[in-house]
Amino acid sequence: MLRILKDLFRYNREFSLGAILILLVVAISLASFLSPYPSGMQYVVPFDAPPSWDHPFGTNSRGQDVFWQLTFAIRNSLLFGTAVALLSRLIAIVVGLTSGYVGGMVDSVLMSINDTFVVFPPFPILVLVYFIFKDHMSWALLAVAMACLGWAYDARLIRSMALSLRTREFTTQSLFSGMSTGQILAEEHLPYVLPIVFATTMNNINWSIGLEVTLSVIGFTNIDTPTIGTMIYWANQHTALVAGVWWWIAFPVGLVIITFVGLYLLSVSMNEYIDPRSRLSGMGGAA
Amino acid sequence: MRQSGRDNGSTVGPHPPPEGAPALSVDNLRAYYLTHYFGVEREVRAVDDISLVVRRNEIYGLAGESSCGKTTFLKTVAAAVRPPLSVIGGSVQYAFLDRDLYALNPAKLSAIRWRRLSYITQGSMNVLNPVRRVRESFIDFAYRHMGLKRRPFFAAVNEHLQRLHLAASVLDAYPHELSGGMKQRVTIALATICRPEFIIADEPTTALDVIVQKDVLAMIREAQQQIGSSMLFVTHDMTVHANIADRLGIMYAGRLVEEAPTADIFANPKHPYTAHLVASLPRIGEQSRKESLSGAPPNLANPPSGCRFHPRCPLAMEVCREASPALTTLAPGRRVACYAASPLVKPSPTAERVAGATHRAERVGLVQ
Amino acid sequence: MAAYALYVLRRSGQFVLVVFVGINIAFFVTHATPIDPITAAIAAATRFSQADPQAVQLTREALRELYGLQGNLWQQYVVFWMRVARADFGPSLSAFPTPVSTLIWRALPWTFGLLSVATLISWGLGNLLGGLAGYYRRNVPLKLVGVVASGLQPIPNYVMAFIVLVLFGYVWPILPITGSSQINLPQGWTLAYFQSVFQHALLPVLSLVLVGTGAWFIGMRALVSNIVTEDYVAYAELGGVDRWRILISYVMRNALLTQVTGLALSLGLIFNGAVITEVVFGYPGLGNLLIRAVYAGDYSLVIGIASTSIIAVAFAALVIDLVLPLLDPRVRVA
Ligand SMILES: Nc1ncnc2c1ncn2[C@@H]1O[C@H](COP(=O)(O)OP(=O)(O)OP(=O)(O)O)[C@@H](O)[C@H]1O
Ligand code: SF4
Ligand SMILES: [Mg+2]
Repeated sequence: MLRILKDLFRYNREFSLGAILILLVVAISLASFLSPYPSGMQYVVPFDAPPSWDHPFGTNSRGQDVFWQLTFAIRNSLLFGTAVALLSRLIAIVVGLTSGYVGGMVDSVLMSINDTFVVFPPFPILVLVYFIFKDHMSWALLAVAMACLGWAYDARLIRSMALSLRTREFTTQSLFSGMSTGQILAEEHLPYVLPIVFATTMNNINWSIGLEVTLSVIGFTNIDTPTIGTMIYWANQHTALVAGVWWWIAFPVGLVIITFVGLYLLSVSMNEYIDPRSRLSGMGGAA
Repeated sequence: MRQSGRDNGSTVGPHPPPEGAPALSVDNLRAYYLTHYFGVEREVRAVDDISLVVRRNEIYGLAGESSCGKTTFLKTVAAAVRPPLSVIGGSVQYAFLDRDLYALNPAKLSAIRWRRLSYITQGSMNVLNPVRRVRESFIDFAYRHMGLKRRPFFAAVNEHLQRLHLAASVLDAYPHELSGGMKQRVTIALATICRPEFIIADEPTTALDVIVQKDVLAMIREAQQQIGSSMLFVTHDMTVHANIADRLGIMYAGRLVEEAPTADIFANPKHPYTAHLVASLPRIGEQSRKESLSGAPPNLANPPSGCRFHPRCPLAMEVCREASPALTTLAPGRRVACYAASPLVKPSPTAERVAGATHRAERVGLVQ
Repeated sequence: MAAYALYVLRRSGQFVLVVFVGINIAFFVTHATPIDPITAAIAAATRFSQADPQAVQLTREALRELYGLQGNLWQQYVVFWMRVARADFGPSLSAFPTPVSTLIWRALPWTFGLLSVATLISWGLGNLLGGLAGYYRRNVPLKLVGVVASGLQPIPNYVMAFIVLVLFGYVWPILPITGSSQINLPQGWTLAYFQSVFQHALLPVLSLVLVGTGAWFIGMRALVSNIVTEDYVAYAELGGVDRWRILISYVMRNALLTQVTGLALSLGLIFNGAVITEVVFGYPGLGNLLIRAVYAGDYSLVIGIASTSIIAVAFAALVIDLVLPLLDPRVRVA
């Protein structure tokens, strides 16, 4: 695995660029542990100071240093995205592998459910969830809700992979050697499915960070937790753009775009690794 | 000007073609797959120094076990070369062209395709566009060459289909509505409708069951004779060759190792590999188990030194390990590359690598 | 024909399932809450303004009837479904006494217009350019388009809309950034009105198209670079078939089916993007209505919009799927 990563890094431009971008973003988020100011604290620095030596990304109208605030925000956004991605991967893998491997009735039923979730528009449903839970809306609840809405596309992809694996020789051999279905899935099939899972994980992190930003900016999440979205929310609340405090908006937006592009490049390069002939399209898997 | 009598629509014209005049001459052809994937460079020498002549009005069969480079050779003589395959050296001359095949510009090349040179590729089951009716495929491939208006064009197509025992109704079908055998026939019809001088066919019958296969083979032979064209026919199946080929070339690991009229090859194979191929044919009334060749076909990325067959050859000698035997003419029409076949066979004069021949690689990708 | 009928039946079954599961989610989410939604909603709605007490009473009853605590859970469930079936979600709290359905009907055309125009443009443009890029892989301008598309595609709609808004609202203010038409302009079949609608739609459409085109471009390019390795394309090239013919009838035509399927599958996401973009540009469609409903604590309106969204998207996907077999001679309907 390590060698594959090294090879990818050396010979795949998308992968190396994506990895560099993501390492940069992770480094910034880790910097939060060195922050001289605690995360939620306000009025610790002068207001609305433009970027300077002391405050490289400037300060905002709430008396916070934008750079250090950003380190907390990106850390929370990344953690959130990862949590959603892991949860939804769990569902996608279980559904995809079971469906592809067991087949028959089980497959039809699971894929029917799957296709149902594929067409749900997540935003109205998440807004509904927020509307009901309002102040009880927590980080974890949102993550669970998003995970429940974000697995379907990838379950189909994993299923088609499992379908092709099922017909391979080693499955039959494993069956003869007396392995249980669970064992076959975990030990024989998972390694083949993992690269795809990795690629979809990157996409899913993108998707969930994007949705989180969207919900936060409108104020539909816990606005006291610093994330990229809530940072923009507070900037908007203080009409930062009109007031000319552009750095309050520009840096979070810039950083989150770097994150999106980095994750996207990683997923693309992984797809290329899986299918060197050309890039896989996520949509092609559904036809 | 072309001289064959086929312009009159019959094989016997006022000036019958001189028997034995070459239709295709290939000289010292080399074509390698050059790949680099994750930094590892690989060079697969799939066609390594092949010279042969296909005469007018004959079917030249090419045989050899899987992955010995048959398809690659056909691609090269059909100018269907695209990366990672590239032509390293040698020449390909067709009688109907005034220059080397690889000296043609793309427009010229496109003008001769299907009109004078057509190619039935391996796996020709899938060469028809699944969302296009057969009729439209005929228009796409042949209309511009025939110089006819729509009506006479389809009249000609219908007539041709009839000749190949296909109902005119196939024109309105989509490929998935045809059986495998019908698809093969349609492909062959498509390749012969313009009455090309030269037809290249790569395993056109492999996917078919024996009965249909016989049918299709008869049809190919018939079409070839009606048009009076030459044909390069590849299959690894020696029984098919016995039925269809006038002359046979045997390939092993990217090289031509023997060539002779079909009957001679079967009656008296000179090369140990040919002998093995012929011996492994089933014969009526034979009980004994066939002796199989030990070892695997060589890796073309790193072929054995000397005679490439030596690791598996029952007659291998000291010299076989060191120097590659040249393909030597033993009698008119009979060539073989084996030290054991005749004392006339000497080591190949061509070095393993022809220096300065790589400029050829610049000219590849004409299809692109 | 029988096969197609069977397919229609099966696909309609899937539609029913989507609606069923979706409405159930709406029902159970609204009933899973520990707080009394009605009191909360009314409290939220009356926090800033003095609401008409009669309105509050009526709404309380309407809400009770719809999701409230009349009867046991099962009875509530049945009532909920009957409301959905009649598309009657009671009166809106924030715009009392206008029924929720009226508000939704008013907003729906804007969302539909924005979404369909933006989707047609991005689907068409993305597939056209992506197809060309997959076919002419060495073409430098198309490669550049690919790089730009890769940069745009992963940006979520909200962020893209926000950037477009900042660029054209603050940095270079040349286009209206909010609303669907000039405020004081009377609605009607006048040129001025249409012009205004057109201008106001430009930025929302642009931001949707930027992201959407990138996504379709990349999907199509990948698809086409697979299709060009298919035997029938290689063979047509070998046969000297006209390049344009190959590109259109061999390559694009075969990719079309997958891309139409892809369209049906991504309708949920596209809809999502559209409503989010509406929020940014204050466009009077469903998305904006939804946000305003949440801010106003308009319970019935929120539920109404969520349910409508699910049904509308499922229906659009159904329509596309029903057209699909007509595009492909290999009707894979069984
Ligand atoms: N695209 C490619 N890239 C790299 N190597 C290739 C490629 N295509 C073929 N080869 C290699 O070239 C060699 C010759 O292949 P070729 O297709 O010419 O064999 P063949 O004689 O036609 O076999 P078969 O009877 O199975 O069709 C094989 O070793 C194969 O692995
Ligand atoms: S040259 Fe030597 S090794 Fe090669 S076939 Fe003849 S006897 Fe065998
Ligand atoms: Mg072959």
